[in-house]
Amino acid sequence: MTIQLENINKHFGNYHALQNISLQIQQGELIALLGPSGSGKTSLLRILAGLESLDDGNILFDQKDMVALSAKERNIGFVFQHYALFNHMSVFDNIAYGLNVRSKKRRPTKEHIKAKVMELLSLVKLEDFAKRYPAQLSGGQRQRVALARALAVEPRVLLLDEPFGALDAKVRKELRRWLRKLHNDYQITSIFVTHDQEEALDVADRIVVMNEGRIEQVGTPVEVYDNPATPFVYDFLGNVNLFKGCLQKGKLVNGDFSLAIPGAEYQDLSATVGYVRPHDMSIDTTPSDSNIAATVTHIHTIGSSIRLEMHRADTNEYLEAELTKNNFELLTILKGDTIYIKPKHLKVFTPEDFSI
Amino acid sequence: MTILFSKKRRRPFRLPGFSLTLGFTIFYVSLLILLPLSMVIFHTLSLNWQNFLAIITDSRAISAYKLTLSTSFIAALLNVIFGTIIAWVLVRYQFFGKKFLDGIVDLPFALPTAVAGIALTSLYANNGWIGQFFSFKIAFTPIGIIIALTFIGLPFVVRTVQPVLDSFRTEEEEASASLGANRLQTFSKIIFPAMVPAILTGFTLAFARALGEYGSIVFIAGNLPFKTEITPLLIMTKLEQYDYAGATAIAFVMLLASFIFLFTMNGLQWLIQRKYSLNRSR
Repeated sequence: MTIQLENINKHFGNYHALQNISLQIQQGELIALLGPSGSGKTSLLRILAGLESLDDGNILFDQKDMVALSAKERNIGFVFQHYALFNHMSVFDNIAYGLNVRSKKRRPTKEHIKAKVMELLSLVKLEDFAKRYPAQLSGGQRQRVALARALAVEPRVLLLDEPFGALDAKVRKELRRWLRKLHNDYQITSIFVTHDQEEALDVADRIVVMNEGRIEQVGTPVEVYDNPATPFVYDFLGNVNLFKGCLQKGKLVNGDFSLAIPGAEYQDLSATVGYVRPHDMSIDTTPSDSNIAATVTHIHTIGSSIRLEMHRADTNEYLEAELTKNNFELLTILKGDTIYIKPKHLKVFTPEDFSI
Repeated sequence: MTILFSKKRRRPFRLPGFSLTLGFTIFYVSLLILLPLSMVIFHTLSLNWQNFLAIITDSRAISAYKLTLSTSFIAALLNVIFGTIIAWVLVRYQFFGKKFLDGIVDLPFALPTAVAGIALTSLYANNGWIGQFFSFKIAFTPIGIIIALTFIGLPFVVRTVQPVLDSFRTEEEEASASLGANRLQTFSKIIFPAMVPAILTGFTLAFARALGEYGSIVFIAGNLPFKTEITPLLIMTKLEQYDYAGATAIAFVMLLASFIFLFTMNGLQWLIQRKYSLNRSR
């Protein structure tokens, strides 16, 4: 099912929680709404589900207006961060709930319901847990029951509100993979909310980055990571080093160091910021006229990559660089050493880039 | 000492002060509850079996038991229905005067029961404000007793159900709605089952309180033997005639009935609790 959002606005009291949100979602897409807390991502999801009202704007599911319909009538599957399972019902009854509450005319027979529930239980690999109660399950199992329950009504769209937020790292990763696989098998249009950029990059077909009630950027994981549209996206998706300085004749001047910014030759700015990812820093042990001296303050080994934390004496700022183990061993860097770094490319946002 | 302890391999309790607090609890419960109750049994023992049986199966006593049990049961049931509605209104809606209404609910606790009795009697007497509109008598009949018992038992249900509703997560209601349930289904299948344990507790408390109620009933009941004489009043009558053994014999029956009732209700609660939450597999 395609989803179309047109100029959605929502206020909570005086707070403008969602500002002119417009978004197109294609049939079968898996979309991540990514943003920090308070960015409006959960409000947007709840408005889509009909759990929250909107001030103005349109929601179209397959070109049909949904705004006037209640949550009950929209035929969506909703998965909550804290599972929201019915604690007094067994796993079986939880999953069968959406079918059991249907009117007599639309309700499947008991045998059908049973077959459907067992099918879903095997999908979430909980066949042996039908008779258990939610309190007897682990967090990951509960969330899988919640997913099965949402899928039981064969929703046209699946909405997940930080579905893995309450789980520990390993289970989260497992469920992430599993959700991706489920989505590949069923091709149901899905939207999930997350504040975890790694989760969004890992799972989603497209990412909608939100901040302060606005959409900052929409794009595939590669697009938003490699070509952030705004400083916010740069900062939010992954680690980033900032070079604060001024732009003079196409060069970013920052402390004792300056670097030519291609494409900004005709710009003069008194205060600007250059962004560079830690893995886009080249590291040398000898000085040259285009690199920066910095002292290594920490060396972290994270799996197969090494993260260096460095201190710049000239601007009194801290920088981060990430390099492979091989590179690191070639350079033979020790804590306290002075090394020379140079951003491979520096992204500068000139005002036109992010003026709204 | 150290040898003794190491031999027994006593594992230290996680919280200190267990033996002290347990000791105090047992002492306190004995002094406050068990000792007075044992006096009932002690006095009853001064009767021989035949006399005891004769007193407790006396037709006047039996009609008093019946009246007490039936009116208490009906009053507790009424409180379950209306107390739950009041709790629902107090938790779920915002309106002017909510705090005031919330405070009024406790009034039956604070009011001396005799005052309540007099007030209700004057209202429901044949010429009272409300009594005059009814073709049948209310005061001085079992209906009057039920009204008085409903009055004094109201706070129990409200105050037990209220916190449960308060802590109920709206997410579960939203989940129910998103799965296609209408409001009635959400209430009956999701919210109500969560309230049942609290309602049972409220019922138990209201019923137990009603069994022993005396002050508010004496005025409104009229105290006609075989018709509107409740058990606590029968005990009182016997005491006034210096028939201590007879009074305690009937008190013993009431005690036993209360105990069995409370025990059953606790058992029921335990079963429900166990089903939903407590037997987690760890």
